[in-house]
Amino acid sequence: MTLRSAAPMSLVCQHCKDSRATVHITDVMPEQRERHLCQDCAEKEGIIIKQHPLSTNAILQQFMKHKAVKGVADDLSCPKCGMSFREFHVKGQLGCPHDYEVFGEVLKSLIERTHEGATRHVGKSPSTADAAVRKRTGLLRLQRALRQAVEDESYEVAARIRDQIRVFESP
Amino acid sequence: MTLDELTLTTGEWLRGAGNLSEIVLSSRIRLARNLAEYPFLSTASSTERTEIYRRLADTISALPQERDALLIDVDEADEVDRQVLVERHLVSQQQADSEGRRGVSISPDEKQALMINEEDHLRIQVMGSGLELYALWSRVSRVDDALSERLAFAFNPELGYLTACPTNVGTGIRVSVMLHLPALRMTKEIDRVARATRDMRLAVRGMHGEGTDAAGDLYQLSNQTTLGKTEEEIIKGFSDQIVPKIVEYERKARESLVQTSPHLLDDKIWRAYGVLSNARRLSSDETQTLLSPLRMGIGMERFDRFDISALNEMFLYSQPGHLQKMHGQSLCDEERDVVRADYLRRRIAEN
Repeated sequence: MTLRSAAPMSLVCQHCKDSRATVHITDVMPEQRERHLCQDCAEKEGIIIKQHPLSTNAILQQFMKHKAVKGVADDLSCPKCGMSFREFHVKGQLGCPHDYEVFGEVLKSLIERTHEGATRHVGKSPSTADAAVRKRTGLLRLQRALRQAVEDESYEVAARIRDQIRVFESP
Repeated sequence: MTLDELTLTTGEWLRGAGNLSEIVLSSRIRLARNLAEYPFLSTASSTERTEIYRRLADTISALPQERDALLIDVDEADEVDRQVLVERHLVSQQQADSEGRRGVSISPDEKQALMINEEDHLRIQVMGSGLELYALWSRVSRVDDALSERLAFAFNPELGYLTACPTNVGTGIRVSVMLHLPALRMTKEIDRVARATRDMRLAVRGMHGEGTDAAGDLYQLSNQTTLGKTEEEIIKGFSDQIVPKIVEYERKARESLVQTSPHLLDDKIWRAYGVLSNARRLSSDETQTLLSPLRMGIGMERFDRFDISALNEMFLYSQPGHLQKMHGQSLCDEERDVVRADYLRRRIAEN
């Protein structure tokens, strides 16, 4: 059982004897003892788990500092809900579905960064979405599957997918 | 069905059964959806918020499969009930703590909970014991289809489902599994999990989500990317690759403990049993920490004083909300620790 206490200043990590200890633990089992570790050593011990190196918030912060974004984003605000890009930056939440259009390219490049470079939806659509939308996402999905099959050198699968794409593309 | 009736059992995800259940406690999938004609909750007025609530609650309760569901107005629920819902993973901490009209519709089997007015207008979530993501996906997708025939969800052909936070845009899917990894922590190899998940852009967190530490050696693993992949691809990555890999690491770590330090392992298990069956005061955290080696001991057949369902019962009922619900009145921290220790001693003696 471990308890975290308030951080006493300027302790050196007991493990690596190098970095400043920022994690302070009082073990009460199996015996009472205090330990002072730095972030890295605490992570190695499994006491805390490293967050993904780029959390969404970090990406957003980094992104807003970017020179190209600064000027452009400042002026953007949604006529429907009144949300400005600056306000979005503070809250981390958009104001309405229309914001995705209003914040256009600026938001798009943010989305790209948070989703491993992806810019297009290939998953399911509402059952009421029109046939054209379904056809397009279906086609995108097949094209991705084709690329994968070629990469895996599964040429028989690739040939089958190619035929499916032809059917899809025929009017 | 009422909330009080729900709390008589440990519910679905704590059944302690299912695929790889000695290490994978539970699986969960949630979809984020918003009504196209309303603003997101960050700018919605309280009138709009109430309209969204009514619209969704009415549509959900009109679904044939939701006929017997329990709708709880979280805004009107008292603090203990809210805590109980969080502990059963039926609502998020955020849903419990926020303000304004909000609620949850819970299916009688407790496998499904639809949160209304959480961060998005609607979050459809399904959960189960062990690793069972494929079955959960078909269930959650069916509910989503049924609702989308009756409601217009905010959707854009290019970006997919539009969500309040752009980190959820696209599929709006969050797949998560809760893993019990005591041996990896004991053998100090837990960073292998972090390494294994890093390139897949998955998040590893403590049991209660972002910012919480891994009390009781429970880790929650979930996807971060929601755009540019199909739901099936995301699920496949979890089910067929990452989860089996981590389970294998944990199994190896357990085996190596048996090989190299069986006395240390048994001592940890039986010492925890000793404390749980004798202590006069126990905090929630300490209880979780003590139950962890026992959970492992049962899974490894090195501990047999009670079985996994008894352990899961203690795991759930020793948490603050359930403890107070069971006791019939709210208690301060100090009182809770005494009542908790009493309960655990009694429950263990029953076996």
